[in-house]
Amino acid sequence: MDISYGTDYERFRAEVRSFLAKHAVDAPSNQRDYRSAKAVAWQRKLLELGYTSRTVPKRYGGYGAEPDILISRILADEFAAAKATAGFGGQGIAMLIPTLLELGTEEQRQSIIPPTLLGEMLWCQGYSEPNAGSDLASLKTNAYLDGDEWVINGSKIWTSSAHIADWMFCLVRTEPDAPKHDGISFLLFSMDTPGIEVRPLVDMTENKYFNEVFFTDVRVPAGQIVGKRGQGWQVANTILGHERELLGDPNAALTRLNGVIDLMRTETIDGRRVIDMPVFRDRLMRIQGRVMAMRFNDLRLLSAKLNQQSAPLARMIVKLQGTELRHELEKLAIDVMGEFGLGYDDNEYLRGEGLWQWNYMFYLGLIIGGGTSQIQKNIISERGLGMPKEPKVAPTAGAM
Amino acid sequence: MDFGLSSDQVALQDSVDRYLNERVGLDQIRLFADGSDYREIWQGLTDLGVTSLLLPEDQGGIGLTLLDAALVAEILGRYVAPSPFIGSAVIAPQALQHVDDTIAAPYLSRLVDGGITAGIAFSELAGRRGDAGVQAIGNKLSGKSLFVLDPLAELQLVAATDGALYLVEAGAPGLQQLVHTTIDRTRISGELRYDNTPATPVTDDADTVAGLLDAARVMLVADTLGAAQHMLDAAVAYAKERKQFDRVVGSFQAVKHLCAEMTAELEPCRAMMWYAAYALDELPEEASITASQAKAHISEVGTFVARTATEVHGGIGFTDLLGLHYWFKRIGFNRQALGAPESLREQAAVLQGL
Repeated sequence: MDISYGTDYERFRAEVRSFLAKHAVDAPSNQRDYRSAKAVAWQRKLLELGYTSRTVPKRYGGYGAEPDILISRILADEFAAAKATAGFGGQGIAMLIPTLLELGTEEQRQSIIPPTLLGEMLWCQGYSEPNAGSDLASLKTNAYLDGDEWVINGSKIWTSSAHIADWMFCLVRTEPDAPKHDGISFLLFSMDTPGIEVRPLVDMTENKYFNEVFFTDVRVPAGQIVGKRGQGWQVANTILGHERELLGDPNAALTRLNGVIDLMRTETIDGRRVIDMPVFRDRLMRIQGRVMAMRFNDLRLLSAKLNQQSAPLARMIVKLQGTELRHELEKLAIDVMGEFGLGYDDNEYLRGEGLWQWNYMFYLGLIIGGGTSQIQKNIISERGLGMPKEPKVAPTAGAM
Repeated sequence: MDFGLSSDQVALQDSVDRYLNERVGLDQIRLFADGSDYREIWQGLTDLGVTSLLLPEDQGGIGLTLLDAALVAEILGRYVAPSPFIGSAVIAPQALQHVDDTIAAPYLSRLVDGGITAGIAFSELAGRRGDAGVQAIGNKLSGKSLFVLDPLAELQLVAATDGALYLVEAGAPGLQQLVHTTIDRTRISGELRYDNTPATPVTDDADTVAGLLDAARVMLVADTLGAAQHMLDAAVAYAKERKQFDRVVGSFQAVKHLCAEMTAELEPCRAMMWYAAYALDELPEEASITASQAKAHISEVGTFVARTATEVHGGIGFTDLLGLHYWFKRIGFNRQALGAPESLREQAAVLQGL
């Protein structure tokens, strides 16, 4: 066991750190800003240095480096420590580009990857439907081929960023007679295509990140498919696992934990600091213990990936534990603030820009989204522990 | 960068596992619980080399790390094996490094071959309870230590109230060695009473003593990890076999989700135990905080797994038939011994300047 990174990697870390010490002021303050001149200039700079989308080949606008998880980790750690946005994220960059690099055609890669990296092509993900949430593979939005075009009808829900996205990658049923997992295809299309209607959904944080999207005879060129007909489920699954790992980010949890400690040092009740109150101290230390356990679990996963070892259970529990932990952590901060913790939006007594309240609710959304905690427990027990599935219930007469 | 076990470490765990699997079944646990001693088990473990793990090579040992010792402790917990491991194989070999060689060497060679064992009387370091208290005047001890691990061992490492550490030999004048019944019948614990009992000073260096306490705590953490993993494995296996309503009970989400929750809580504890053990040797500035937090957190998870795994077994889990309660009680013992979660969390807060 040796948890040091070694001198070559530490040299890289020093480079990144000195870049950030000089240039972090050039980073846009809003992580979801893909459009301002400042945000685009920052993204171009990071792409040029290989500090973001580092492994995307040069011919598609990336840096062309070999995958190196220690480099990725150093970049994540240092940008987090400097509180600087680590380049564009979003579903196009995090999910679609890796998918195209693996399964896309050369033409798709050339036309899609470069503008996506520069924020000129923003993506949304059309997966969930009103009746296909946890049981995503039962989705019903359908497409049939008419000449050299797909014709899409149906609707999607929980579609983040659909109201600002330029394009969508979407799961649709193209083989109605095939078993449910084998009848899905993965299509790409512009959100400007006639027949698409986007209706924002206001969530409990009062934000409009999610949308409902309706398709009425939406016509899409036949070539805008990734993988073959009926292979969409496998295409989507190459990246879903990636999303689940992101949701448990222990670096973010550590940053927030340090924020709670600061808050407990400054908030007072009857003039007494909250950090000096035993009940609050114990809650803080309990959460710290859990954050530590998840950080070490993450270190184990990093090492396992690096050394080609497997730790399937350690990986499967990350989404469940990570999101539940963050929800608890943000809740502690609200209890530390008491009535101040009720303030929202433009309240003049907001602490930390009201992010505690916002995250507390947002993480409840993440507990539910991306595979609910209950689905996670099914995955852990069935795939991880080899426990039998629930027996299928025979459809009752008249229900079908 | 390698935060995982080496092939040697896996082999070490396998060898201890094989021995205990063959030699320490439930029958032996029951015999021990009824009062037989652990000499034979301990001799077998000694023959495997567990007492020379930590000893430097120039002293005839293997010169391994506290992580290796913790990995052995994990297997002992898996089999709820009765043994004086923590005192004899972990604390004494380190403590004796601070004692003059002419005194230490004979003790060490007999510890290594299993001729003697060592107990630890650390109640003064980990939250003094009741009327415990050990006064040291001119290398003579008076008073008493409570919650001593292996109080009948030939060699005792005793913490005095002032924080200094002493060696006391069984049979020393004025020493009484008493065993007290606890819920955990896989361990021997009790108290030592001293009346002007001659003692050999080991060290009064606070960091050294704290390091030994941290090491003992991490061994208990590893023991809990092994015991809890056994209980989880047993619960999953039972839920795959037991049928009710014409289905194995493990197909009910109410049952399988309990197993998933245990897994989700316990799996990160493995990495946490590794890190806490690694920190003892390699990361001195983090070692105490990590040991405290690991013992607090893994004790909480252990308690959760112990009760939930019992529950998954249904009524049979509550009976003596499967002996599951030995694991439940071992986890309970480890939780309270050398500092319970609330005290440890407070200590962790203080160590961070909070």
